[in-house]
Amino acid sequence: MSTNTTGGATGPFIDVRDLRVEFPTEDGMVRAVDGVSFSVARGRTLAIVGESGSGKSVTSQAIMGLHNRKTANVTGQVILDGQDLVAATDDEVRLLRGQKMSMIFQDPLSSLHPFYTVGKQLVEAVRVHQDVNKAAARAQAIAMLDRVGIPNPDRRIDDYPHQLSGGMRQRVMIAMALLNGPSLLIADEPTTALDVTVQAQILQLLRDLQAEFNTAIIIITHDLGVVADVADEVVVMYGGRLVEHGSVDDIFHRPEMPYTLGLLASMPRLDKGRADRLDPIPGLPPSLIRLPQGCVFRPRCTYHQLAPAGVCDTVRPDLLTSGPGHEVRCHLPADVRRTIAAERLGHRQEESV
Amino acid sequence: MTGYIVRRVLSMVLMLLLLTLVVFLLFSVLPTDPARLTCGKACTPEVVAANRHNLGLDLPVWEQYWVYLKGIFVGRTFGSGTATYSCDAPCLGYSFKRGEQVTVLIKEGFPATFWLAIGAFILWITSGVSLGIYSALRRGKWQDKLVMGVSLVGYSLPSFFIGLVLLFFVILKWQLLPYPDYVSPFENPLQFFQTMLLPWIVLAFLYAAFYMRLTRNQMLDTLGEDYIRTARAKGLRERIVIRRHGLRAGLTPIVTAAGLDLAGLLGGAIITERIYSLPGIGSLAVNSVVDADLPLTVGITLVTATFIIVANLIVDLLYAVIDPRVRLV
Repeated sequence: MSTNTTGGATGPFIDVRDLRVEFPTEDGMVRAVDGVSFSVARGRTLAIVGESGSGKSVTSQAIMGLHNRKTANVTGQVILDGQDLVAATDDEVRLLRGQKMSMIFQDPLSSLHPFYTVGKQLVEAVRVHQDVNKAAARAQAIAMLDRVGIPNPDRRIDDYPHQLSGGMRQRVMIAMALLNGPSLLIADEPTTALDVTVQAQILQLLRDLQAEFNTAIIIITHDLGVVADVADEVVVMYGGRLVEHGSVDDIFHRPEMPYTLGLLASMPRLDKGRADRLDPIPGLPPSLIRLPQGCVFRPRCTYHQLAPAGVCDTVRPDLLTSGPGHEVRCHLPADVRRTIAAERLGHRQEESV
Repeated sequence: MTGYIVRRVLSMVLMLLLLTLVVFLLFSVLPTDPARLTCGKACTPEVVAANRHNLGLDLPVWEQYWVYLKGIFVGRTFGSGTATYSCDAPCLGYSFKRGEQVTVLIKEGFPATFWLAIGAFILWITSGVSLGIYSALRRGKWQDKLVMGVSLVGYSLPSFFIGLVLLFFVILKWQLLPYPDYVSPFENPLQFFQTMLLPWIVLAFLYAAFYMRLTRNQMLDTLGEDYIRTARAKGLRERIVIRRHGLRAGLTPIVTAAGLDLAGLLGGAIITERIYSLPGIGSLAVNSVVDADLPLTVGITLVTATFIIVANLIVDLLYAVIDPRVRLV
């Protein structure tokens, strides 16, 4: 971890520029990710939020190079520590996977191979990237299991995944991801399949490990509670596009895009009457094959009439800077957006995040 | 584990007993009168009655069953006085039509059926599974479509059709192989192989068609699993992802299917055996039905069913060895 190369301690370690992922299908081209850019420095955490189908998981798998190039067109740039992964060969990216960048997944039970012991899977992960014998790899695995908080790691290492609890399994996944000291950790819904109490433990573990290893973390989630808990920066995605990007403060206290407002309003609130606690966004996420002509969010947006006449129906909004480090993709005038946000989230501004 | 095995074996024995009961009762309610069948046209009621007594068919059904069951374990004798036929344990009855114990007849038919089944099994497992894997890895490409097309043909063509076509062209028309005449492989290996080659191909083609599809679907399901994505995320080579993670999980269910199919075949492959004149259990079963040789039919039914039940147990135990999630309690 001491060999900090071009990324340095402050510059971005991972820099995603104009990333596009398209899947050609018989019904037409599915534009799952359409021109997404963001970057994360070491020791920082970026959260990508959005509904199912917003392209957040596809984005993370594109960074990891997990899309089959024969079935997916990935364009743009993914610059990891100075190296463009989109332009790199499959084998070059493969060698970075599990070493410089690692990923943990939503459901730890289905993400671990049911027929192999935890130890076997961990040892395998070590030996892909390190030229060590099995005993040494096993010792590393036990040490890492211990580090992620698994009791009796020297015994649990010989368990099969189904013999562990959900939280333990996710700890195993985290241990597996960290074995080769990655500088970038992508966590795709890491707590969604877990009990609430376990969720908090796992998030705490991620924070501790980040502090210890100075890892850049990209966490993908639809749970704004998780975002508030761990993120420094937030990317909001909708219909394969980045619609709002800002610090966690910007997103929670000064959101401007109506979709972000909708997400925040969809969180249950205890400070309101039961009927008003939930305020869901009307409608469904768009089909990624036939996106609406103008603003992708227009069909579900309740404020479009406040924008200049017809512009939401015909013109794709650009991502414009609204404040330092705060970008918004919306046709509404900035002051209108802020007024709406203030009205919708009146109480929330006083809440501590 | 041991407790589980003991329990499974006990329940298997119980099931086999139940099986003998059901089969025995089933055949005892048939309208055919076995005693009447024992003598030809010039039969008097007295002879029939005497034979009925000698065969023990004048006893109540439950008593007949008891004698039958006892025969399996300790043997029995038919007839009385000078005309007695002894039937050694395990006695499954005596075929008066053939003048031989049923057990002996089945034992005689077993080698041909066994070699047919084993040869075809090896052929269909190797070809079916490997083509299925290949097809899954080339999903959507022409290779996949070709393999699936062949599989569809195998599915659609009945074995008597392929069997007869091969027999006609390879043996009769082009005379590439001599006419099938079964011998033991230990006696004349060349003739054995010449005889068995076509039956193996016919039978294997039928099963391989099914296994191609089964393997392909299993592999595609497995390759879509989350743990395959994890294996890729570790940075493993694609080859290792497929071999170590994909095959291990994808082929496990094939073991179950293969075990049961093999056991089913050990009970005789009727059509293939008939076409190629193999003196196996399948041929024997058909002949016994045609001749209304009831004891033989009952005996073959029992043996065949026993194979399936035993194979079921073996496959279940084997599965627990391969899949650590299966807990034997």
